[in-house]
Amino acid sequence: MASPFLSNSTISFSSSLKSSTLPRLFPSVSFSSIRFKPTPRRILTVRSKIREIFMPALSSTMTEGKIVSWVKSEGDVLSKGESVVVVESDKADMDVETFYDGILAAIVVGEGETAPVGAAIGILAETEDEIAEAKAKAASNSGASAPSAPPPPPAPAAGSTPAPPNSTPAYAAPIASEGLRKTVATPYAKKLAKQHKVDTESVVGTGPYGRITPEDIEAAAGILPSKTNVGPVVVVEVKPAAPTKATSDSSAPSSIPPPVPGSTVVPFTTMQTAVSKNMVESISVPTFRVGYPVTTDALDALYEKVKPKGVTMTALLAKAAAMALVQHPVVNASCKDGKSFSYNSNINIAIAVAINGGLITPVLQDADKLDLYLLSQKWKELVEKARAKQLQPQEYNSGTFTLSNLGMFGVDKFDAILPPGQGAIMAVGASKPTVVADADGFFSLKNKMLVNVTADHRIIYGADLAAFLQTFSKIVENPGSLTL
Amino acid sequence: MHSTSALSFSQATSLPTTNYAFHSHSAVNLRFCGLRRQAFGFSFSTHSTSTRLRLSTRAHSYKISASDGNNGTPPKSFDYDLIIIGAGVGGHGAALHAVDKGLKTAIIEGDVVGGTCVNRGCVPSKALLAVSGRMRELQSEHHMKALGLQVSAAGYDRQAVADHANNLASKIRNNLTNSMKALGVDILTGFGTIVGPQKVKYGKVGSTDTLVTAKDIIIATGSVPFVPKGIEVDGKTVITSDHALKLEFVPDWVAIVGSGYIGLEFSDVYTALGSEVTFIEALDQLMPGFDPEIGKLAQRVLINPRKIDYHTGVFATKITPARDGKPVIIELTDAKTKEQKDTLEVDAALIATGRAPFTNGLGLENINVLTQRGFVPVDERMRVIDANGNQVPHLYCIGDANGKMMLAHAASAQGISVVEQVTGRDHVLNHLSIPAACFTHPEISMVGLTEPQAREKAEKEGFEVSVAKTSFKANTKALAENEGEGLAKLIYRPDNGEILGVHIFGLHAADLIHEASNAIALGTRIQDIKFAVHAHPTLSEVIDELFKSAKVKAPASTSTSTSTSSPVTEPVSA
Repeated sequence: MASPFLSNSTISFSSSLKSSTLPRLFPSVSFSSIRFKPTPRRILTVRSKIREIFMPALSSTMTEGKIVSWVKSEGDVLSKGESVVVVESDKADMDVETFYDGILAAIVVGEGETAPVGAAIGILAETEDEIAEAKAKAASNSGASAPSAPPPPPAPAAGSTPAPPNSTPAYAAPIASEGLRKTVATPYAKKLAKQHKVDTESVVGTGPYGRITPEDIEAAAGILPSKTNVGPVVVVEVKPAAPTKATSDSSAPSSIPPPVPGSTVVPFTTMQTAVSKNMVESISVPTFRVGYPVTTDALDALYEKVKPKGVTMTALLAKAAAMALVQHPVVNASCKDGKSFSYNSNINIAIAVAINGGLITPVLQDADKLDLYLLSQKWKELVEKARAKQLQPQEYNSGTFTLSNLGMFGVDKFDAILPPGQGAIMAVGASKPTVVADADGFFSLKNKMLVNVTADHRIIYGADLAAFLQTFSKIVENPGSLTL
Repeated sequence: MHSTSALSFSQATSLPTTNYAFHSHSAVNLRFCGLRRQAFGFSFSTHSTSTRLRLSTRAHSYKISASDGNNGTPPKSFDYDLIIIGAGVGGHGAALHAVDKGLKTAIIEGDVVGGTCVNRGCVPSKALLAVSGRMRELQSEHHMKALGLQVSAAGYDRQAVADHANNLASKIRNNLTNSMKALGVDILTGFGTIVGPQKVKYGKVGSTDTLVTAKDIIIATGSVPFVPKGIEVDGKTVITSDHALKLEFVPDWVAIVGSGYIGLEFSDVYTALGSEVTFIEALDQLMPGFDPEIGKLAQRVLINPRKIDYHTGVFATKITPARDGKPVIIELTDAKTKEQKDTLEVDAALIATGRAPFTNGLGLENINVLTQRGFVPVDERMRVIDANGNQVPHLYCIGDANGKMMLAHAASAQGISVVEQVTGRDHVLNHLSIPAACFTHPEISMVGLTEPQAREKAEKEGFEVSVAKTSFKANTKALAENEGEGLAKLIYRPDNGEILGVHIFGLHAADLIHEASNAIALGTRIQDIKFAVHAHPTLSEVIDELFKSAKVKAPASTSTSTSTSSPVTEPVSA
């Protein structure tokens, strides 16, 4: 499934994919805050040598994985590149290897259990001394790694016993042991609930005997009932499209207005479906926008200079954004669970590209590290691949920040929707000659472009964004550093 | 040699086997085609006329033997050479072969000709599965689009689907009856009971019985759906495969107890028709009878993406049909701790926990035979064994009633084997060469040992085992059909090239298995069969690839058919 504006690109995901581009057979896992350490970015350094092993994303459609078996057990010494665990995705079983030397201090998610992509499934300690600490971390983690569980009542949780290390995450098998007054949900309703992270306990069933139906879950998740795929249960005669007939069946949720005569209905392509899904999903994120005018005379001059060398404006902007992000890692972060910041170790700039009948976001990975010429070349390749529909999942879903440029159409400013899984997206308008007055009252003509950033206010605040834009603007106005 | 039968036995104990019912489900079409051809050939031979002539004299002999009444001693002359009790697929196969061998044959049937397979099993279920396969395809927008097809909403008429299944069953039943009549097999109506050595009485309930004698007797009474205790079958909301095949209603949500072949096939039907399904399986994993790798792949394709969930390691200890405004209520009990675990409320429950032998009232006590959980004990030649462990002369039991391998075509093969023996040629059927298939979409098929069974045997007997696999993704025909999902797996001995087992999951797997089962039956080795040529592009190339990818140390035998073939003058390609 092509997923522009990709949702589930989490830290572990992007990193794991990145590592899989190395000559390594399987995606490696185990990324942790520690990986920030060598970089000069703002970081949490407390739990120095303890790393989490994350559930890797083994395919673009994988949202959760099941632990088939742990190849290693707690206390085993691991060396980099060794298989640690076998994970079953929706597609296949894969060995997952460690990225670091260390000791497997604790297994957070046991064999046969399921965990969402990006959740910690095990803890790796560097030395024996840290095992105890790692276990404690595992204990706290096993509580935290139950995203779908209802929030625990705050009062008793404060001082009482921490969750035992082996407590299984709430992602158990399909058999959920329910209380006395149990909620009954149909198999498909349960699947949908899991997929859309809807807590079935909070849904009121409208089906027979008060059971929760797939439609109830879709309603709770804010999705229009999917009329496709659901097998037409008892359709006897094929009715010639007569919209009035539909009203006779009162049980059918018919919130869709009858079509205007003569209209045609064209179903979404897979890509369009993915866009639609991600856009709807973005509604759940509280976003805000900050605009900033940027003077581009210097950038335009630089562009003229480097253009013969194959550098594109897109690459220049991506590079500028990446360099600004280095100084403002929070804008490159994302909020996955509504409770924490997820800082990304790489700066991967996704750039929205319209392709025939669709929209996709090829990703320039490590845009801060690659030089302008390499970036431009990379970009050219990505665009070609995108047109040929040959992008690999990590080439469109590993973005940590998105850039959308409509300047070439003469658009002066616009507003972008934040893709799920990212903290911010930048909308770039056209650069236009603008009359400006300086402090002394002298008028001059400058090329100005308006950039407008949409961000997730749970983690990025107004001042963060303003500071980031200021940095970005400085880089663009003094673009010499871009070519370094 | 006997590990397959051992397998089915062990399943019979745990949950009287999901296997069984499916077994009777398979292979039928194949069998029928064969049978009809035979029937056709014979109706023109003088042989059949002569058998028919005897009919008139026979009515007479009934009375005589009935008046004899001395049950203890075998009669000196017989009404028939062979009497078969039960006109299912097994009895039918035996009867046709017996006529072929010149035996004067009668078949006793108390119900309808065709038995479970034709009337309540493989045959009608294939009609439903033919519908479900098409529905599934038409509903898969993605699949249609990939082929460039546009289809507006697919729908179905339940009654018309049910009629299709019913019509198919009656058509096949008539074919079966006619084929036997045409050959001169006497069809005696009533329940057959063994009254003594070489003596059988039959008759309808409430009418007087008729006694007949035969030199040899074959028991082929088959099986009925097994319903564990605690489950109340009302035939409407709590049903067995017998009721489900009538498709009287399509529930919104159906629980299927048992995830063997029957359960799996019905899940395919029900989900295609719009139902949601919950599996209840007593063992720890779904599809316990399959090779684990195939089972896992099948689960990924047939269960996980569909509207199906499951409970494993639990028994459905109590099922109450829907009544008084309440849904069907199922109590689940943990298979290990025996503690009640959960309660399900669904619209219908299908009991697919296997099949139980139908041997009550057969009069086995008259000849000192004790059944084992209903199954008639037999040796490898299907000769019935009495309570003292001795062979009962002239008495054989085939098919589901002996429980060796509960498959329609296995019963028929056993029947043919028995006829070979009574006509003077010793014959032992190799059960490891009998294929089995599950007609889901895509299909699953297998022959011989599973990988764990093969490894166990190898360890015991001290040989090496290798596994080769090929994917349907690499097959042109499968890709042309946009059905690349699938795997074929070969388990073999690398030292001598013996095929131990073949398992296929993929498009038309049930048809593809026969190349492997024939090779096993004929003892063909991989190093030889790999030179056989397959038409391109066909699905059979999946199996071709499979044999070619095996690494066998033994050289090909020198006198293969390739030496006689003429040089190829023209490449064949479509």
